[in-house]
Amino acid sequence: MRAYTPKDDVQKKSYYTDRFWVAPQVPKYDVSQDAVFAADLEAIKAKFDVLDAYIQVNQMVVVIHANDNYAVLELLKNEREYPQLSEMSAIDWLASEGKFEIFYQMLSMAKRKRLRIKCKIDEKEAIQSVEKLFRSADWSEREMYDMFGVVVNNHPFMKRILMPEDWEGFPLRKTYPLQGDEFAAWYEVDRIFGKEAREIIGPENRDPARVDRYDTQRFSRLGHEVPFGTDISQGEPDTPLVYQEQKGVFMIEKFDAEKSVVISDRHR
Amino acid sequence: MAQHQVNYLKDGGLPVALTTIDKVVNWGRSNSIWALTYGLACCGIEMMASGASRYDFDRFGTIFRASPRQAELMVVAGTLTKKHAEFIRRLYDQMTEPKWVISMGSCANTGGMFNTYSTVQGVDRVIPVDLYLPGCAPRPETLQYAVMMLQQKIRKEPASRAQKPKRLM
Repeated sequence: MRAYTPKDDVQKKSYYTDRFWVAPQVPKYDVSQDAVFAADLEAIKAKFDVLDAYIQVNQMVVVIHANDNYAVLELLKNEREYPQLSEMSAIDWLASEGKFEIFYQMLSMAKRKRLRIKCKIDEKEAIQSVEKLFRSADWSEREMYDMFGVVVNNHPFMKRILMPEDWEGFPLRKTYPLQGDEFAAWYEVDRIFGKEAREIIGPENRDPARVDRYDTQRFSRLGHEVPFGTDISQGEPDTPLVYQEQKGVFMIEKFDAEKSVVISDRHR
Repeated sequence: MAQHQVNYLKDGGLPVALTTIDKVVNWGRSNSIWALTYGLACCGIEMMASGASRYDFDRFGTIFRASPRQAELMVVAGTLTKKHAEFIRRLYDQMTEPKWVISMGSCANTGGMFNTYSTVQGVDRVIPVDLYLPGCAPRPETLQYAVMMLQQKIRKEPASRAQKPKRLM
């Protein structure tokens, strides 16, 4: 369990505005520490350029050229006993490096090892599909295209997977605003009613915590309901909560507790 | 001619009820609200619980239908995504008049905590809503109360003339 730190003086130090705070890095170790990984790395190094290799959290990370991705994964699958691609996606480093990082997370049940292959591509660059090797890459690559706009060559069905087909923009890029751009804000209105309905329907209310006590168009106080749009700045009437109309309902009898019978013998 | 000997003048009166067409029609409408199964997220679980034996929506005549053509109430239970918005509108248009909509839970009301690019910020941007249920997720009791409120609303509406279809715009 994490040690308890008193929260009383949390305002004293502003942890979140420290410009020189550096996120702690997970320590990296040399590959030679692990015989299994060292052998795998040798096999990769024999055929391909390896830009960087290290062990982090008991997993080997190998950085390669983007052009070699299919061949390296083929080698790992067929010769090095890594038959599973458990995950793959991209990371947006466009702001700092102008590149996407593509990672392939491999799993070997036989060796009980996990290995990560990384490569970097430019924003407009395409990457080779590994769907022929791993069926799991099919949807992962589609998601990568959907969310980051990384085009994948030789993919059998290169189409958006989560967002609508006519969506503009790639939502997981760091430059994409969380609450959407103008296209996203009006998407459902444009799609259903047409652009001319924008003025009638109005912009989205992006402040769900906003409550206007006197706005009777969007809010009503329980027990003080008034007709739509009534001015209640001078106070409003009480309307007690009722489950039925006062005079009762046509053909429906009200429940009368005195007429009811409590069954004590359940086998009656 | 039936042979049973019922003295209508003595035993509880004649089997005749005097009423208005409005009341009869509204009685039928308010007590047979068939709802379209529209569970979109976790609120849908509460909606299913309301329909199951413990809370038992059948008592109110609310029976969930899987077809919009047999339904007159749409309980939008859950987060509506922008991709799905056009389908909810299409299903709403397929429902027969008169029809009502309950927006169930924070997500359906305002987008809730999903203040993101992909969530419709309230289903009332797409379809006209009769009742908004607060809660995340609302308890089945809340949904039952909403149905009772809707029954009151239906009984207040005149049934004898054609109802004006609700329009969003």
